Amino acid sequence: MEILILAEAHDGALHRMTRETVAAAQALARDTHLTTALVVLGAAPNAVADAAATLEADELLVATDPLLASGDSDLMAEAICQVVRAEHPTYLLAGHTYRARDLFPRVSARLAVPLLADVVAYEMATEGPRFIKPMFNGRLRAALVPNTARPVIVTFQAAAYAPDAARPGTPPRRDLTLTLDPARARCQREAPVAPATGETVDLSGAERIVAVGRGLGSVENLPVVRDLAKALGAELACSRPVVDAGWLPQSRQVGSSGQTVAPKLYLALGISGATQHLVGMKGSAHVVAVNKDPEAPIFDLAEYGVVGDLLEVAPKLTERLRA
Amino acid sequence: MKIAVLVKQVPGRDGVLRPTADGSWFDEGEVAFETNEADTYALEEALQLCERAGGGEVVAVSLGPERVQKSLRDCLARGAGRAIHLLTEASTATDPYTTATRLAALLKTEGCDLILAGVQSDDLSSGQTPLLVGEFLGMATATLITATELLDGAIRVKQELEGGWCQWLTLPLPATLGIQTGINRPRYPTIKGIMGAKRKAIATVAAAELATAPPLQRLDHLFVPRKEKRTVMIEGSADEAASRLVAILKNDLKVL
Repeated sequence: MEILILAEAHDGALHRMTRETVAAAQALARDTHLTTALVVLGAAPNAVADAAATLEADELLVATDPLLASGDSDLMAEAICQVVRAEHPTYLLAGHTYRARDLFPRVSARLAVPLLADVVAYEMATEGPRFIKPMFNGRLRAALVPNTARPVIVTFQAAAYAPDAARPGTPPRRDLTLTLDPARARCQREAPVAPATGETVDLSGAERIVAVGRGLGSVENLPVVRDLAKALGAELACSRPVVDAGWLPQSRQVGSSGQTVAPKLYLALGISGATQHLVGMKGSAHVVAVNKDPEAPIFDLAEYGVVGDLLEVAPKLTERLRA
Repeated sequence: MKIAVLVKQVPGRDGVLRPTADGSWFDEGEVAFETNEADTYALEEALQLCERAGGGEVVAVSLGPERVQKSLRDCLARGAGRAIHLLTEASTATDPYTTATRLAALLKTEGCDLILAGVQSDDLSSGQTPLLVGEFLGMATATLITATELLDGAIRVKQELEGGWCQWLTLPLPATLGIQTGINRPRYPTIKGIMGAKRKAIATVAAAELATAPPLQRLDHLFVPRKEKRTVMIEGSADEAASRLVAILKNDLKVL
């Protein structure tokens, strides 16, 4: 009866979100009195296994297969199913990464087990842990309860736990074998493509950021926020909808599919504060928000807020800053 | 070519949602509903794929209460050929596995070449339904798709990876795809489309009649999140608020 944490690689090293998941697993293990096991699967995941070997867990399980080199989701799902059938875990935890989103529904379907995705916390109830998840664009949260099918797959949202909260340790290593059938891979994958160069903007180094969301209204209003960013000595950033609408390039996006930033000042204009955006900026030292909607979730994160139209407030700010 | 598009009707993104007294759902009373944003991109992609292929049928499918007919009618107005309404109460459809089981049971006999859906819905945001449906139907699947290219008996798609990276995959047909926002520019319904939609068929099927598995998870309760920070709201006109804010940035936060 154990908690398996599935490690993920990022740039050949251990993914930051795996460390965060280990922190969550260590807490859950204490509350449920279950053991933990880190699981590393890959073609030749030596660096990942070495990093995982420095984290506190009851065991480190490593399984390799050259077929996992392509990153194919069907093959990885099969590998996970084999590990689950051999180890009979109670929980299978992982970070809610891009790969996780393409991967774990397959495992859920094949094993007929619940997948509680993108959770931010858990709480102990009489019947066991309940998992907390933001819903409805961040306006409400839900407590989710799995049924009796095991394992329960849980993926954790970025920064729900701190990576440094994962306690160090020296788990004993056990190697597992996999028997993967290449015919299970239904997709042909080409080589991954790097982000388009053109305007590469490193927002992560900016001390001040002016970020704009849907509230901008139209691309014609861009000068309003550009002027404010200039007056503030800030970089201009945006949420995903602004990129989807073609108003700003992807290089300026902050959020789960853009950059993660932690500036001294994050001025959010016309941004509602949906989860996908918050994960990219909740590390900011000071958040100030301007939004027409007083109930916008962004205000939950903001130290200071103005309920108003950014198209009215921003020009006034620019004026005052220039004075 | 036949493409099914799974659409979900969700509460509009603006506005307050209040949990019911027991927290089992939210009070739908005053809420304005709309088609889930990512699904509008999926519908547009389906329409464009048929156009590029020189023909085909787009079938819009939605699981939910009576009100989802409005979203289906909107899909018809934009160009879907027909629609299927899987009737069930929204508050009971909170397990993606059960929802996907029902959708798959419905689509099993349709013989679709492609099934498209938005990557996730803005209400429950579990992000699993498209892949689960594909798995149950034995189709090749991929989510986070930002471009599609139809080939002979296959489809080449661009998948979003972390940090702005992407990867092209080729899937054999039939396939199920989770479509990402921003993949295209969804068309508006034309007057002609809206009038024509009235003559197109929406078939209604009771979800409970379809083979279904018991839920693997349940939503115990919804609640309003506790505020992490006590936000100081700056009152006054735009000018007054701006003036006050600059003083705060300079003197209190010291970020200028």
